[in-house]
Amino acid sequence: MSGQALRAVGQGHGQLGHDELGQPRMRLAMRPGAWLTWGVLAFFFINLLGVIATVVLDSAGRQWFNTWLPTGWTGSWYSEAWSEFNLGQVLIATLEITLAVVAVSLVIATPASYALARRSFPGKKALSILFALPILVPPIAYGIPLATVLYKFHLAGSLTGVILANLVPSIPFVVFTMTPFIEQIDPKIEQAARVCGAGTMTVLTRVLAPLLVPGLLAAGILVLVRTFGMFELTFLTSGPTSQTLIVALFSAVNSAGIRTSQSIDAMAVLYTATMAVLLVITLRFVNPTQLIARTSD
Amino acid sequence: MTAVAAGPQAPAPDPGTVRGRVALTHQLAERGVDRVLLLAVPGVLALVALFCYPFLYGLQLSFQPAHGGVLGAYKAFFSDPFARKSIWQTFALAIPASLINVGASVPISYRMRREFRGKRLLLAVLVVPITLGTVLTAEGILEFYGPAGWFNRTLHLLGLSSSPVKLTMNYTGVLLSLVISGFPFAYLLIHSYLSGIHPSMEKAAATLGADWWRRFRYVTLPLLAPGLMTTFCLTFVMTFAVFPSALMVGDPDGSTHVISIEAYEAALQRFDYAQGCADAMIMTALMLAVIVAVTALRSRLYTGATGGKG
Repeated sequence: MSGQALRAVGQGHGQLGHDELGQPRMRLAMRPGAWLTWGVLAFFFINLLGVIATVVLDSAGRQWFNTWLPTGWTGSWYSEAWSEFNLGQVLIATLEITLAVVAVSLVIATPASYALARRSFPGKKALSILFALPILVPPIAYGIPLATVLYKFHLAGSLTGVILANLVPSIPFVVFTMTPFIEQIDPKIEQAARVCGAGTMTVLTRVLAPLLVPGLLAAGILVLVRTFGMFELTFLTSGPTSQTLIVALFSAVNSAGIRTSQSIDAMAVLYTATMAVLLVITLRFVNPTQLIARTSD
Repeated sequence: MTAVAAGPQAPAPDPGTVRGRVALTHQLAERGVDRVLLLAVPGVLALVALFCYPFLYGLQLSFQPAHGGVLGAYKAFFSDPFARKSIWQTFALAIPASLINVGASVPISYRMRREFRGKRLLLAVLVVPITLGTVLTAEGILEFYGPAGWFNRTLHLLGLSSSPVKLTMNYTGVLLSLVISGFPFAYLLIHSYLSGIHPSMEKAAATLGADWWRRFRYVTLPLLAPGLMTTFCLTFVMTFAVFPSALMVGDPDGSTHVISIEAYEAALQRFDYAQGCADAMIMTALMLAVIVAVTALRSRLYTGATGGKG
């Protein structure tokens, strides 16, 4: 009976077996199911790699027609893209927009998440729904009325308009990232500080702020990445001088006129490289799978 | 806090009103209403001004079309077969894409619950497509799956097809882009839901002699179902609003003329704001209907503790 149970527990570990020392090791002969899952995953990664690699290679190739690899290599597409699409200006606008969105959404949303984390009050559910709606409704659906309103107030096309539009999904996003984070800070710490004679300001700056820094960093970086990659809202509200990189990229592909695919790809690679840097920074601070649930192992 | 502080400091001349005031703030504080709630005001105001107001403005604008009466814009949408068909085309893309993404994530993450070497690297690599953005994905798909791309060359080399398979500028292209950008997202969500289910549950079932299928079917799946529903909702929202990839790798005037393209063309190419807002409202209504349906289904499932923090 107990032997059977132990064997069953062992099977629960999937392809991991245990040797005499209790160290997990890979079993060499995997079951068909394991081969299938790993195969699907490998196929996905090969395709993903192919998609990225073709863009990168094309951006560095002189010519690429009907062969496996481009004929000859050159870096000139990058300088061409830089001047043709006025990338310096686009990058500055992108930087201004993303940093402003991060700063404003953190300032506005963190107090709100504190209130949501610490109090249960009548109407809390309605408030949560209000904060959830901008995440649930697709950006195109509320972006079109929002763009109409911004045009009415002559804000569309300006940096301010783009920043305002990008705040809509960012504020709820910070609220939902920060609320669980604040919930796990013990309120007794604040009470202890108050008992020791700390005023509200002192509690805020000397007790809460240091505890909140990791959460603020995580939320800030995630908002940064999201705003950097947010296409729909920026596309609907931006003008020629307030485009972010991704919108400039899209316009380069879709606008009239003959453009070489290589210089567009060069721009796409610049976009990806920036995003990759952001991603590495993000992963330094945030574990993607711990945003929803903490692992229980 | 407020009530306690106010008590001793309160002046004595009219004890009745003072007690009444204290009692009211105290009563409110008992129910959780005190000054801390003021902290939520800026956030709420920002969302009311930037989300609720534009939305209601758009709603009333959609009832004021240039011609056709109050419901003119909606009538125009539903009487135009090309526009009406965009609803069907949106669902035809969004539902298979969400099902593929969620469906493939379950067995893969179920198999990868345990710690193993390189797991962190694998998760990091899976975040890459989320950060690629739709435009680069579309650009890459055009070149990789295109007639002279590596995919078709490989198929040709392996002798699987004699002429290039058309995978871009049609329905398949958009589906590919939705899977490439959506699968990692679904996977990461389901992975974290699964790791929130405590392994002791399955171990208990194993001790009682359940094989892996019964452990999955009767222990893990019911605990995972709410998370599955949430993931489906979020993936569905992403795929339902497909816009740039439907334009770039799809056939925006034909088989991938989705509702977001219809709304965009009405509002910002024909400058018919009333029609654009009406299309956006129809889009929101359809999407909320799906979410409400899935949530209603979810509330009928088990919602108790999962043994972890899930």
